[in-house]
Amino acid sequence: MVHILSGAVSLGLLWAVMTIGVYITYRILNIADLTVEGSITMGASIAAITMINGINPYVSLFLAMLGGMAAGLATGLLITRFKIPPLLSGILTMIALYSINLRIMGTSNLSLLKKKDFSEMNTVYTPFETLGLDRNWAAIVVGLLVVAALIAILYWFFGTEIGCAIRATGNNPNMVRAQGINTDTTVILGLILSNGLVAISGGLIAQSQRFADIQMGTGSIVIGLASVIIGEVLFGKNGFLKRLISLALGAVTYRVIIALVLKMGMPANDLKLFTAITVAAALALPVFKEYLLTLKKSVRAGE
Amino acid sequence: MLIVNGLYKTFNAGTVNQKEALKNLSLHIEKGDFVTVIGGNGAGKSTFLNCIAGVYPPDQGCIIIDGINVTKLPEHKRAAVMGRVFQDPMMGTASDMGIEENLALAYRRGQRRGLKWGITSRERELYKSLLKTLDLGLEDRLSTKVGLLSGGQRQALTLLMAVLKKPKLLLLDEHTAALDPRTAEKVLGLTDHLVKEYNLTTLMVTHNMRDAIKHGNRLIMMHDGRIILDIRGEEKRKLTVEALINRFGRASGEDFAFDRALLS
Ligand SMILES: Nc1ncnc2c1ncn2[C@@H]1O[C@H](COP(=O)(O)OP(=O)(O)O)[C@@H](O)[C@H]1O
Ligand SMILES: [Mg+2]
Repeated sequence: MVHILSGAVSLGLLWAVMTIGVYITYRILNIADLTVEGSITMGASIAAITMINGINPYVSLFLAMLGGMAAGLATGLLITRFKIPPLLSGILTMIALYSINLRIMGTSNLSLLKKKDFSEMNTVYTPFETLGLDRNWAAIVVGLLVVAALIAILYWFFGTEIGCAIRATGNNPNMVRAQGINTDTTVILGLILSNGLVAISGGLIAQSQRFADIQMGTGSIVIGLASVIIGEVLFGKNGFLKRLISLALGAVTYRVIIALVLKMGMPANDLKLFTAITVAAALALPVFKEYLLTLKKSVRAGE
Repeated sequence: MLIVNGLYKTFNAGTVNQKEALKNLSLHIEKGDFVTVIGGNGAGKSTFLNCIAGVYPPDQGCIIIDGINVTKLPEHKRAAVMGRVFQDPMMGTASDMGIEENLALAYRRGQRRGLKWGITSRERELYKSLLKTLDLGLEDRLSTKVGLLSGGQRQALTLLMAVLKKPKLLLLDEHTAALDPRTAEKVLGLTDHLVKEYNLTTLMVTHNMRDAIKHGNRLIMMHDGRIILDIRGEEKRKLTVEALINRFGRASGEDFAFDRALLS
């Protein structure tokens, strides 16, 4: 049981990086960006292929991030320059990335156990594993370090002039343009930042589970949204720092819930259905509340 | 200060919904002029202001601000020399951000934005003192989200944001129309005060004839995409509602079946 939990927590922390990326587009820019489904796989693909070719695992994460940023840029250009609706822009990039990721890997999945020259492959987790931590705990330590650093950086960034401009863009683009800010630029910057983080997350996940798979991104947007919403519901919406922390907690909570329902005997194949229903229910919550309220009123009026 | 020459704007050209909103509109405004703009619904007042602001490009004609031809400049580049307040109090501010954050966004209008702090403690003092002059108690609520403010408070704040960088041109599009009469009166008084204090060149659209007569040193009336009346100087000072209605009838060649709203 402890092992299941530590596994869930470690996975949650690695996915928290992706959740923060989803938060940037979904909540800050007010765009549901489906690019992430492709950029998380892209991160994994780039990390995998570069490491197999002997590149240092940290450098491979950096390269993964660059790939994700390029994906975000592509979607950003589709939205701003070509005026394609955000949802469709994201889908287009996502589909394109499927082929691109296959090209990057050269196959539909790669194992990360041995390098090309059959030498032992090190990951970003190896230093902690050699300290005597098991795989899950090593991932938890790395995940915590990365998430903490990201929260600090993003807290700073969204307090800067550019960061404020990006936040305002999702809120009221008309006002932002009236204040002399190019909203095309802020939208593109937000998408680049978001997908860069999502790709890092993909790279971290691939290194942790020691393989990359072309399917790993499928449904990831829903997992990201579920984590964002769980974080908001459980840990509140007040204060930017608290919100960033709540994203990580939301991602971990989601994984723990999934681990528990699996333990209770739910077939793994039903996982995505379960997640989709959870997210739909959470998003429908305001409507439910409204409905209950009017119902209450009409019942009272009928008395 | 502002030269507009031969402006044309047609919406939905070539469809059944085709609408010629501006038809060969020209206007010259001197530095320091406070021009009130009046006209019935659909006369093209908002379209005119939006063309000046660069929300959309005109089909023909040119717009020159302080010697610079801005006709082809995108909206965000023109914003450096312009302050704007809209009819909808929601339009001018970011509702999820604090009062001080909104002011800070406006305070950097026309400057390159980088990785410096989005707001500094020195600015906070400035904002506090400026908000105090509004006399709405906002100076003690710097971090309150703008979404929690009333319509009048938001318009007053938007007005302050619009003048913060001493723009070359202040564009007000029925900025008191959504407010109750007493609040509207207050915001108009504030407008007069700020325009005078910063000596701003101003275009103020209003749906209210009395306000158009009472404020500013020049009045133009728009009708069907054109300027049909342009009254200034001594004549503007002596203008009455009756005289204005008479002149509208003569200028437009139409029987006077004017929007009752204009008289309210
Ligand atoms: N974005 C738009 N698309 C289509 N038609 C528009 C648009 N904006 C304004 N119009 C039309 O142009 C005419 C002038 O509108 P507007 O400038 O808003 O008038 P006013 O502000 O004087 O009431 C109206 O007939 C209006 O329906
Ligand atoms: Mg209008």
